Amino acid sequence: MSAAPASVLEKKDGVSPPGPPSSDAPGPLAALLRNPKAMALVAALLVAVVSALVTANGAWPADLTFDVRSPLDDINTWMAQNRDTHPVFLYFLLHISNTSESAVDGVLGALEGLGFIGVTVAAVLVSWYAGGANLRRRALALAGIAFGTFAVIGVLDVWEEAMETLALMVVCVAVAGLVGVLLGLAAGLSDRAERILRPVFDTMQVLPAFSYLLPFVLMFDVGTPAVFMATVIYAAPPMARLTSLGLRGADAAALEASRSLGASAWQRLWTARLPLARKPMLLGLNQTIMMCLSMVVLATVVGAGGLGDPIFTAISTLDVGLAAPAGIAIVLIAVWLDRTTAGFGERVDDAAPARSAFATRVVWAAMAAVIAGAAVLGQALGRTEWPENWVIDISQPINEVVGWIERELGSGIPVIGGTLTWANGFIDYGINPLFDALLATPWWAVLLVAGVLGYLAGRWRAAITVVLALAAIGAMGLWSRSMDTLSQVIAALVVTLILGFAIGVLAARVAWVERGIRPVLDTMQTLPAFIYLIPMIALFGSNPAAAAVASVIYALPAVIRITAQGIRQIDPSALEAARSLGASTGQQLRQVQLPLARPALLVALNQGVVLVLSMVVIGGMIGGGALGVDVVRGLTKGDLGLGLTAGIAIVCLGLLLDRISQPGADVKERALR
Amino acid sequence: MNHNKRIRTAVIAGLGAASMVALSACSAADTKSSGSADEVTITVPSWVGARANAEVAKKLLEDEVGVKKVELQQLDEPIAWDALNNGKADAILEDWDGQPKKQKLYIDDKKTVVKGGDLGVTGHIGWYVPKYYADKHPEILDYKNLNKFAKDFKSNRSGDKGEFIGAAPSYTTYDEFLIKNHKLNFKIKDTGNEAAQIKEIQRKYAAKEPFISYWWEPLWANADMDMVEVKLPPFEEGCNEPETKTKCGYANTPLQKYFNADFAKDGGDAAEFLKNFKWTTEEQNEVAMSIAKDKMSGEAAAEKWIKDNKATWEKWIPKK
Repeated sequence: MSAAPASVLEKKDGVSPPGPPSSDAPGPLAALLRNPKAMALVAALLVAVVSALVTANGAWPADLTFDVRSPLDDINTWMAQNRDTHPVFLYFLLHISNTSESAVDGVLGALEGLGFIGVTVAAVLVSWYAGGANLRRRALALAGIAFGTFAVIGVLDVWEEAMETLALMVVCVAVAGLVGVLLGLAAGLSDRAERILRPVFDTMQVLPAFSYLLPFVLMFDVGTPAVFMATVIYAAPPMARLTSLGLRGADAAALEASRSLGASAWQRLWTARLPLARKPMLLGLNQTIMMCLSMVVLATVVGAGGLGDPIFTAISTLDVGLAAPAGIAIVLIAVWLDRTTAGFGERVDDAAPARSAFATRVVWAAMAAVIAGAAVLGQALGRTEWPENWVIDISQPINEVVGWIERELGSGIPVIGGTLTWANGFIDYGINPLFDALLATPWWAVLLVAGVLGYLAGRWRAAITVVLALAAIGAMGLWSRSMDTLSQVIAALVVTLILGFAIGVLAARVAWVERGIRPVLDTMQTLPAFIYLIPMIALFGSNPAAAAVASVIYALPAVIRITAQGIRQIDPSALEAARSLGASTGQQLRQVQLPLARPALLVALNQGVVLVLSMVVIGGMIGGGALGVDVVRGLTKGDLGLGLTAGIAIVCLGLLLDRISQPGADVKERALR
Repeated sequence: MNHNKRIRTAVIAGLGAASMVALSACSAADTKSSGSADEVTITVPSWVGARANAEVAKKLLEDEVGVKKVELQQLDEPIAWDALNNGKADAILEDWDGQPKKQKLYIDDKKTVVKGGDLGVTGHIGWYVPKYYADKHPEILDYKNLNKFAKDFKSNRSGDKGEFIGAAPSYTTYDEFLIKNHKLNFKIKDTGNEAAQIKEIQRKYAAKEPFISYWWEPLWANADMDMVEVKLPPFEEGCNEPETKTKCGYANTPLQKYFNADFAKDGGDAAEFLKNFKWTTEEQNEVAMSIAKDKMSGEAAAEKWIKDNKATWEKWIPKK
């Protein structure tokens, strides 16, 4: 895309460079009239509103829908009958299935063999090594995080579950990482591969994790293999994307130097390009690990076991106390893994002289010896499992607190009402009117508006994608279900953006706010989506509002962070100039900071859209209804026709929302840089 | 660039080779993992009553029968059938007869799952309204009159229809088709899961609001609430096939146990014990109540019941 992208937020001609409006600009209305794109949007909206008022019922026509469920159901039955006799399964899929299962069992066996002492020591040492393998603060802090994580896991009595999750994670991360690196190499070295893979990765990033599960359950049956495949496919793209980015971003001078020294292509790859790409690759690994964790937890719905299990049970008994230990364990594991991989990433930058290869080998050997020693010690003491009397039960006090919150904050607080009242208000004045409006608008007018929005954001390609996605939804007969989900997404998105931009601006301008919320954001961003669900039912009841609030909380950290970063990165001289001209704080913000930060705000919008959608879908489990509950029903009832069509509709919504909120590629890169 | 091309070719060749290796383990793969008697896996669906069965069985299997490890795996009813079929789980202790297709496929055709006898508890699903509402409007208790009262059940999500509080996603239900086939002016509210549904109903009950819901017996929450069933056309064998044509109400279902065929044959004492496992609705409710209402851990609830009811469970233990 060569032209500067058009904005969705501001109806300004996309070709003119973004900047503060000059003082002699014509009034807003005149500017609008002069702008053909804004006119197109206004016209499309007018058509939509008028046609909605005239027809008042815009459901997708029945004769344009096609029955896709029956053939899917037939496939489902066929698979169930032939899963252990047909050659495709016997000679291909079952090998994957059995190999992944024995790999996970093997890792789990190894972890159990190490015992709780061995595992803890190993984790502490690896983190310490990541922190620099010395006695400085960073290394010790990382080692401390590792020790704390595993001690708390033991004390809260979720050791066994944690090991199951870790075993599955190890296998998934290894395979996802490998696949990612290979694909990344392909995309990094070949322009054609990059052209093919790029849109695939882009699309995969938009899809909610939930929609990955069903096809694999169909092929692999419930259990570890399905989870493994879904997780690998879900988590590999960031690794591939960042590997490719690293290879392409390598310093040309360094490569030239290597070439002039007569290095062959292979030597250059090994000695120059890959080492130079190490940092982005580690960042990719970090993201892959986080996505694996989130998926492995979610996949308990199809029998993955591990830490997701108590949370899943807790959702169905509303037992926050039961979920808490597992939830805390997941948070700690996430923080530990995040900081440790980040630690490895920072080591790459270390200015300190690197140790000799020999010293490194000695450190590794010593670590291996200590871990082996710890394992043997555990065996000798007869203690491989976490001792039963070192356990604290936190579920009772937590349930008491939750009970109190429900009783006291539910409703009847003077003036502000209480959480249940808010939930109803949000439905009455937020979600419902949107839903009604979407349903009242004729389907072709919705397509028209979406197409125009798509065109404004990404020209014809986006416009066509958007229209086709919506048409697919209609053709599957899921129009009103999808509009239901869409209305929830939009309502939640508006709240997310208002809060996110406000907090982001505040954080960018006030240093102590920034310092205060940074650790909170860090932690929130590592949490798997599943965790957010349980407290929501207690506070908001089982309805779309609960799902919407969960998604607001889930999407906020990313929006806040990108906003704050974007505003802070503005050229200080521009701000200084405005200040010296006597601009007030509000004027600085409105006329300098926000316009200059527009690219970042657009990225924040796009991220917010994607995250909100993925959470609203999971919200089907707590009363969100619509497409989310259809996927859950499909998964749990093995009703493929229902689940897959709903899953496809979610994917279509994802494409729609992403494409109309996506700033052009160059804007995105500028903001992320 | 020429060099790059070579690397690229090599990478692509490598990818190809790797996938060939994956393919070339070319013998037929094993299709079954079979459990041994040392380790028993019991599926636990999401409702509390079934968890009560599983917790008590686990405790007794470990303490009295001498099984080394009993795993309770959280699996919803339909998925549990697949797990029993492929040997990933050994037993379902409470099945509500909601999977006729899978029953036929796995029991009759593939013979991988076998019947395990009655659980002793009889389940019944139906449409229920609270007693305080039925007392005021006795006519509601016939489904033919439901439309007359639909407006009483309106909510902010049901438009101009009445709101019908629906079942959790994995539960056996024909409500969608019943409402359509009887032209009832109701819209189903998806509650997302059992606990959310129970919570919603407890809240409405406490506020004495009118509501109508998919509801069932046995259920621990019924101890605190008076609910009355709305009469639907009587159940007859086969009246819900195909399900889209269903017009009849729900059957009384003697809840069933099912085992993986290999486990039933080679499971030894553990299988024997699970076949003998049979208790009453009241007994199940007692344990379920401890878990759901008193928020005891499953293990503690089972322990408490086992301590007080030796006479009942002694009969389940196989004779040595």
